[in-house]
Amino acid sequence: MRTPRKTPTPYIASAYSTRNIALCCDPDPLIQTRDLSLSYGNHQAIKNISLTIHRGCLTAIVGPSGSGKTSFLQCLNRLTDLLPDCTVSGRATIENLDILSPTIDVLQLRRRIGMIFQKPNPFPMSIQKNLEFPLKEHGVTATHLIQERIQRALMDVGLWNEVKDRMDTSALRLSGGQQQRLCIARALVLSPDVLLMDEPCSALDPLSSGTVEDLIFSLRGQYTIIIVTHNLAQAHRIADYVGVFWSQAQAGELIEFAPTHAIFEHPQQDLTAAYINGIRG
Amino acid sequence: MIWSNAITSSPAKGDRFLFHVLRSFAGIAGILVVGILTFLVSESLPAFQQIGITAFVTDPSWHPTEGTYNLLPMFIGTMYATIGAVTLATPLGILTALFCQYYAPQAIASGYRAFIELLAGIPSVVYGLWGLVVLVPLIADLRPPGPSLFAGILILTIMIFPTVTLVSLSALQQVPKEYIQGATALGCTRWSMIRQIILPNTWPGILTGVTLQTGRAIGETMAILMVCGNVVQYPSSLFDPIRTLTANIALEMAYATDTHRASLFLTGLFLLTIVIVVIMSTQQARSNQAYG
Amino acid sequence: MDKHSLFTYDMLSTTIIWTVAGLLGCLFFWLLGDLMRQGIPHLSWEFISEPPANAGRSGGITSILVSTGLILLICMVVALPIGLGTAIFLSEYTAETHPLATFTGRSLDVLASVPSIVFGLFGNAFFCQLLGLGFSILSGGLTLACMVLPILVRTTEQGFRALPLEYRTSAAALGLSKRATLIHLLLPAAIPALVVGFILGLGRAIAETAALIFTSGYVSRMPTSLFDSGRTLSIHIYDLSMNVPGGDQAAYATALVLILCVLTLNSLAQWMAKHWTYTRRMNI
Repeated sequence: MRTPRKTPTPYIASAYSTRNIALCCDPDPLIQTRDLSLSYGNHQAIKNISLTIHRGCLTAIVGPSGSGKTSFLQCLNRLTDLLPDCTVSGRATIENLDILSPTIDVLQLRRRIGMIFQKPNPFPMSIQKNLEFPLKEHGVTATHLIQERIQRALMDVGLWNEVKDRMDTSALRLSGGQQQRLCIARALVLSPDVLLMDEPCSALDPLSSGTVEDLIFSLRGQYTIIIVTHNLAQAHRIADYVGVFWSQAQAGELIEFAPTHAIFEHPQQDLTAAYINGIRG
Repeated sequence: MIWSNAITSSPAKGDRFLFHVLRSFAGIAGILVVGILTFLVSESLPAFQQIGITAFVTDPSWHPTEGTYNLLPMFIGTMYATIGAVTLATPLGILTALFCQYYAPQAIASGYRAFIELLAGIPSVVYGLWGLVVLVPLIADLRPPGPSLFAGILILTIMIFPTVTLVSLSALQQVPKEYIQGATALGCTRWSMIRQIILPNTWPGILTGVTLQTGRAIGETMAILMVCGNVVQYPSSLFDPIRTLTANIALEMAYATDTHRASLFLTGLFLLTIVIVVIMSTQQARSNQAYG
Repeated sequence: MDKHSLFTYDMLSTTIIWTVAGLLGCLFFWLLGDLMRQGIPHLSWEFISEPPANAGRSGGITSILVSTGLILLICMVVALPIGLGTAIFLSEYTAETHPLATFTGRSLDVLASVPSIVFGLFGNAFFCQLLGLGFSILSGGLTLACMVLPILVRTTEQGFRALPLEYRTSAAALGLSKRATLIHLLLPAAIPALVVGFILGLGRAIAETAALIFTSGYVSRMPTSLFDSGRTLSIHIYDLSMNVPGGDQAAYATALVLILCVLTLNSLAQWMAKHWTYTRRMNI
């Protein structure tokens, strides 16, 4: 069946690929979307996306720029609410909760679905306050509880030893990689179930990028993670599932969704094959 | 981990409360102009009813105590003073802005600019004081009586000139550097570069500034009240005393009653209308420019 | 046009521009010099600390400073919450094309250029007569509050708009309510702009005369309550120069005090605006 194509490409066979990637668990659907579409005014950004995200797994969304990957993520935590003249149609559910329903408590939804952005975006406050302020807003007020959760989150992201003596200095004085890990800690401190990551490594230098990638890999299993990335090698290294988005007639569509090894070794679509071989996109 | 139970309460109540508070504040700020207009109209209504609108231009003179209400001389006075001041201040302001931007050495330019900024902040009553104590006696030596349309024009010019300069300066600073480099590379003289390239590109910005200052000159009260002599008449020369519409309000509000008071409010309404027309026309010009 | 005449024009224009700039500079130095020469001899500690005597010709300006301060206080206590609320509403809660936003924006633009004497008329009709406050510090302060609103709103609004969008999206992604985001995150970051707007508004209010003649009145006694009439520095200058023969010296001295206040406020605002953009750039 396979046309004689040179796969896998050399860069995928890097040191990282020695990691043993098996499926993290039995497939257990957590988030499901059916015909999810989104448009800004007259411009359709994504069209009829239907996929299933499994609990505890790390799902990577790859695809060329402008194929609607970020828009897809923003639908899942209703960040689309912030955008004027943005309309979402179709269905998106997490367990049996309708994410797009107008009556749900969006703030609670977003607490349980954390998000990490491309550019590290700590608030202009001290490290301590960056973590403490969201907790307090979500009703955690006991001091010892706050400290405990902050410490745990910082340890999870490997930042505790670096910052424990300067919790009161401005978060903006941390390096880029540290800022991004702080942002991950800020999401973790709210004990979410799902983490949405929008190219979390692409604004960082290679070294920090590696650290953050290792961190994300270590979170696999504890959290259900959806990561948007431009970096195919990264998707290959860390993801359990890969979804390939492609821009068809200006609107992003999902052209293939499968376990990572299947996507990289037996792509079913010519476009996928061309994309992962660096021929298109 | 049961999603459906945790997440179906209504949105935060505090949020909606805050929204309503903020919206009502914005509402207050929004209806303030409407409120001012309404009050001016309702207070000037008796004037319409009792003497009619035409009386304000056809009556023989302005003698409210004797029932004559001709506003025309004061309107003419306002116009003369405004037009005089704007025609003087505009070229002066533009030349000074050119001086700061292209002619003066760096150190002088920044000092001069700070000086102009300082002048723009001086209250009009202080300019009026200086005009009254220094300028008017000088003019009286030249051509008596001293307090005159001329003094008014000079003081208004001095008042609006700093702002015209600052607005022109900021318009000049927005000319792309490439234009200037291009012109210099072509070997243009400095003046041809300014005439051919810079001024045509900055006219809209300068014009907006000048229009806004025209509005300010029309509405200025204190400085002009202090130096113009306040005689209600059609000036026959630059050195005749005049009274402007604004000065008239300031002088007579203290004792005006009934129709007299109403006619002063009518004057205010008229001033406000002029200023709104001026503002709207600049905005229109600006938006035409943006789309055109 | 031949090359020769082009250079003549260039020379001519250079000469004219330097002359105009020089002459205007001299004119304003003369003006400021006059103010200082006439005003400084009259300035003394007594001038600040004593009440006016002999219709203001002698004595000081204590009661006038107090009235000015009270009027400014009323003005800002009223204008600040309304201005801040409007600015937040315009920048955080509505799209620029929303009808209420465009309406409020337009109104503020018009309000910014309403002649001050018209504010005086409105204040007289509304605060003094309709609300029955009479010629009082309260009426004057409220009238000024209407006047400084545009500058306060516009400066603060720009401050909020200048904050990075990521603050809002990242806060929303953490499930923080709009109120919490506003109070704990955006407001502290926009405080410098609010302060600059506040100072600029104060500068405009303290310089005002025409709007106050028929609202706060011109009684120069020490006010005992907010319902008393009170005279501000600028009205004092006007009254001394127009109605009090021999009051010029005191008027000049008062003008110096007034200019000093205005200049301090303006340079404070400028310094803050500069300092603020500087630190912001450092953070990013």
